[in-house]
Amino acid sequence: MNDWRFERPPGLPLPQPAEEARPFFDALLEGRLAIQCCVACGLLLHPPRAVCSACQSTDFDWQETSGKGVVYSYVVTHQAVHPALAGHTPLATVEVELAEGPHITSNLIDVPPESVEIGMAVTVVFEEVSDGVVLPLFRHH
Amino acid sequence: MSFSNSVAIVGVGETDYSRASGRTELALSLQAIRAALDDAGIEPDDVDGLMKWWVDTSTEAEVAANMGIRDLAWWGEISQAGNVGAPLVAHAAAAIHAGLANVVVIYRGVNGRSGRRYGRGDVTGQGGRGGGAFTEPFGLLTPQHGLAMVARRRMYETGITSRHFGMQAVAQRRHANRNPRATFYERTLTLAEHQSSRLIVDPFHLFDCCLETDGAGALVLASADFARELGKPAALIRAAAQSGPGVGSPAARGAKRLFAMAGVERDDIDVIQIYDHFGPFVLFALEDYGFVEDAGRLVEEGGTDFDGGRRPVNTSGGHLSEAYLQGINHLIEATRQVRGESTAQVPNVTFSFCDTGIGTGSVILERGES
Ligand SMILES: [Zn+2]
Repeated sequence: MNDWRFERPPGLPLPQPAEEARPFFDALLEGRLAIQCCVACGLLLHPPRAVCSACQSTDFDWQETSGKGVVYSYVVTHQAVHPALAGHTPLATVEVELAEGPHITSNLIDVPPESVEIGMAVTVVFEEVSDGVVLPLFRHH
Repeated sequence: MSFSNSVAIVGVGETDYSRASGRTELALSLQAIRAALDDAGIEPDDVDGLMKWWVDTSTEAEVAANMGIRDLAWWGEISQAGNVGAPLVAHAAAAIHAGLANVVVIYRGVNGRSGRRYGRGDVTGQGGRGGGAFTEPFGLLTPQHGLAMVARRRMYETGITSRHFGMQAVAQRRHANRNPRATFYERTLTLAEHQSSRLIVDPFHLFDCCLETDGAGALVLASADFARELGKPAALIRAAAQSGPGVGSPAARGAKRLFAMAGVERDDIDVIQIYDHFGPFVLFALEDYGFVEDAGRLVEEGGTDFDGGRRPVNTSGGHLSEAYLQGINHLIEATRQVRGESTAQVPNVTFSFCDTGIGTGSVILERGES
């Protein structure tokens, strides 16, 4: 159990981010989990938006987060409903509530699917899943 | 000025439901439309308006040409996905009320099993583009994934359980067992079978997920005055509401508009249909629309079952056990209930409620004069 390690199904889609989402993925390459932040009103926006939904400003900054959060919800895929999942189930996907507020989707690298629980404390890790593509995954321990 | 009770559903029809129709989606829709027109007692050329799901592959031009409509006065479609049946009814009723069309047909035809399968991530996914950049790389690939995430959190917050989901699935199966049109007409389901069915995306078991169906359904709408000249009791559209993006539950927001327009209370509703792409969302919707505070307790008491329940829910079997026709079968069943034609007929129905997509749209139908 303790040496269980997440193996990402290699065929899962890689992010093809829209223009406004690029800085999120660029920051990951530098080992930072940065969330879009409205300069005018301070609202954190995730996924990134073209315009701040609170004040309509287009002046954005990217705020580095602590990378800490808790599991807000999770699912475990048992049936290979996508070709990439064949031979890679069960697969747990988690929704993490970051300490700063925003929720992001991810996987836990050190918790097997049957042991995931809502409320688990987690911390971001940066995993290069393909050349030049880093994803924010999380560890519990 | 509201269209309340000035427009009615005057005809409903559907095809057979199968896993391999052997017909095009257009042919299926035309067959269902013909059945609905026969049900209304009118001819194809009486139709001057058409409405479709945006995702439907049969254009209004193809349908009009095949029906031999000589003067299509009005048409339209609504974006999003399968969840727009009641919004289409709202639009068509508004158009008829405004005098833009006299007789509008709403249709939905799909080869949902032999053709495009909505539960497949390689069919409905975004390939990591758009919002999918933040979800698909981690294995959230299909509608069921996002909804399972919502369901898991709701279980944590409210204490509702998979057994409750199973109780609703069993109630709907019992309804399907009364309905010869239903895919699962001849197959029973027990709570134990639900609980031991394989997990698709935990917390969804197999029997929490809708069917995949080839088939079509259609509705005919016309003015209440026109309806009175036809043979059957009309299903008057007492109220209809849409609910799009916003803050908080779409169902709760839509319910305010719906019940305000209807001028009735939750307790006045005699029978309920709710969009069940995933059965757990029927229970969530019962709470969010304000019908009950605790839907888990309701199903423990058998409250949604035709046999003994005070107010049955999904009386045709719904998407879980009749067919997955993206809400048009719910609208057909809601109509049959006010006409007294359901295979699980609730006695003396005055008001029939129908949601067609976890809050996106809802209608209240009222029994009209024969
Ligand atoms: Zn702002």
